[in-house]
Amino acid sequence: MYRYDEFDSQFVNDRVSQFRDQANRRLTGELSEDEFRPLRLMNGLYLQLHAYMLRIAVPYGSLDSAKLNTLAYIAEKWDRGYGHFTTRQNLQFNWIKLEDTADILAKLAEVEMHAIQTSGNCIRNVTTDQWAGAAADEIADPRPIGELVRQWSSLHPEFSYLPRKFKIAVTGSPNDRAAVRVHDIGLRLHLNDRGERGWEVLVGGGLGRTPVIAVTVRDFLPEHELIAYLEAIMRVYNLYGRRDNKYKARIKILVHEIGAEKFRAEVETEYARRPHADTKVEERELQRISAYFAAPQFEKLPRWSATFEEARAKNKDFANWVRTNIAAHRADGYAIVNISLKPEGGIPGDATADQMRVVADLAQRYSFDEIRVSHHQNLVLPHVKRDDLFAIWKVLQASELATSNIGLAGDIIACPGLDYCSLATARSIPIAQSISRKFADLNRQHEIGPLRINISGCINACGHHHVAHIGILGLDKKGEEFYQITLGGSSADSASIGTILGPGFAGEDVPEAIEKIVNTYLARRQPGEEFLAAYRRLGPQPFKEALYAAA
Amino acid sequence: MTTTATEKGKILTANRLRDGEVVFLTHSGEWSENIDGAVLATEPQAQAALEARGKGDERVNLVTGTYLFDAERRDGHVFASHIKERIRSLGPTVRVDLGKQAEGKGGHFAALQGV
Repeated sequence: MYRYDEFDSQFVNDRVSQFRDQANRRLTGELSEDEFRPLRLMNGLYLQLHAYMLRIAVPYGSLDSAKLNTLAYIAEKWDRGYGHFTTRQNLQFNWIKLEDTADILAKLAEVEMHAIQTSGNCIRNVTTDQWAGAAADEIADPRPIGELVRQWSSLHPEFSYLPRKFKIAVTGSPNDRAAVRVHDIGLRLHLNDRGERGWEVLVGGGLGRTPVIAVTVRDFLPEHELIAYLEAIMRVYNLYGRRDNKYKARIKILVHEIGAEKFRAEVETEYARRPHADTKVEERELQRISAYFAAPQFEKLPRWSATFEEARAKNKDFANWVRTNIAAHRADGYAIVNISLKPEGGIPGDATADQMRVVADLAQRYSFDEIRVSHHQNLVLPHVKRDDLFAIWKVLQASELATSNIGLAGDIIACPGLDYCSLATARSIPIAQSISRKFADLNRQHEIGPLRINISGCINACGHHHVAHIGILGLDKKGEEFYQITLGGSSADSASIGTILGPGFAGEDVPEAIEKIVNTYLARRQPGEEFLAAYRRLGPQPFKEALYAAA
Repeated sequence: MTTTATEKGKILTANRLRDGEVVFLTHSGEWSENIDGAVLATEPQAQAALEARGKGDERVNLVTGTYLFDAERRDGHVFASHIKERIRSLGPTVRVDLGKQAEGKGGHFAALQGV
């Protein structure tokens, strides 16, 4: 975990006192709302349907027990006892008062947290693989590069007033779990024949009202050139990105409008033009940052754990949980535990203060004090001994945190939707709840296999519906909520944008429609064929027929 | 025996500045947390007057983000026309234990349950 140096602490504390002063000036009327709004947004404070909402940064999704316990404390003292983990690996509180916000930010600063870069037209919080530093398939931990990008981008004066917000995702694994192809910039690590590291630079991906898959502008950028090259991209965007129309201001529109070739040429020209010496990533600095993310001292353990195998053989529920919620760790005898925040009928991504404390405690006891937030709105204990899995599962079970559905039909991504969000056009959460109840039978979920269902409550697509195997978009049709269904999206290596299947549905008809889609897949799949592969082979037609055939 | 007529019109709403609470402008010019306390303006002139009043209260930093929305009054209770305003006047439909609906300040219409 990155630890603040003196500069970081000073900087965050200064920001808290600046905000305290700004909020006071707003409350006494010295600042108008128009003057104050950009200031509060720079500190993650939005005004939503029922109250202010505070979006707290969890850079690259990494937490420790002190941080998570502090979030639990804030949830109880200043909110309503819970928080909502988001698709940006952040945490949102829904019931915040303006007059309490400076105190909350001060509390966060005590554990090296803040809400900077969670809003506004700046380079946002960097996101990454939730299994970073733990996954068996990883080339290298992407978080040092995430932190490097954070240090470079935080309040970068040149990039604080971009045409629009800007999101960077980093993956250090050949299996992309960070959705790098649907970010403004995606960075993907490769090794060459000589074992040297280089970064594939992808630009112009995004979701929202114009979903686009990113294009690769560099296949293998040497690590020390990374910041200089990112700067060249940002400059081209800052210069040519459209400021006349908010809906056309993201870099994806620029890349799309001028074409990938022209965009690449502009970046290369800018890159060649500028002196690189001042932004060269120094080996020493990278090593300094990397030291913070050094792997824990794993014990030398046998690959096979008798305790674990015995528990798995004896307890079917535990065995099911292991099947879906445990991932392969890089060190023998260890495992990655994925904690589902998607209980049957629950609110995706919500965790109570008590649940946060339970997870914080487990992390401290069993996972080298590390916790991760996934963009699927779940939590992760990245470094757990296989010997301890059964004990952990029992604790999770007692706190409604042991649902065996990671990557299955019940593991639904849903934005807050019209229940909380002032931008939403329809509710998302009740749709997620009713689908999760429809597929409540976990055996059936396991039988269906990997299935990603994502729901957004408006065209801005915080629920990532475009890249779901089954995507659901909530819209407003003459004052009534209705839902459009898309099929075949994916944010993984072979990323694709889902295709709209046909006319939308009323909310109460959505679970039945999803059921028909799933049944069509089950009836037509080949042995071992997952939903996405089956859809790609079959195309939309059989699913359309199932959904829209005359009743 | 009188039948209660349904009155249609507009209500002025905002968020209270200090805590973000959803509030509605009342007949006496106060801000109520309960939609039933709201004044319903049926005529354009009255609606414009509400808006002016709201802008005034924004200037003195009581509330922020004032706007009018469609509603009707039946039997002394106010019903918001659009689902968004119904949710604002009650609280999240997925957490009926929270918000106005849980604090006895909800509107006189049922919370939406599920879908």
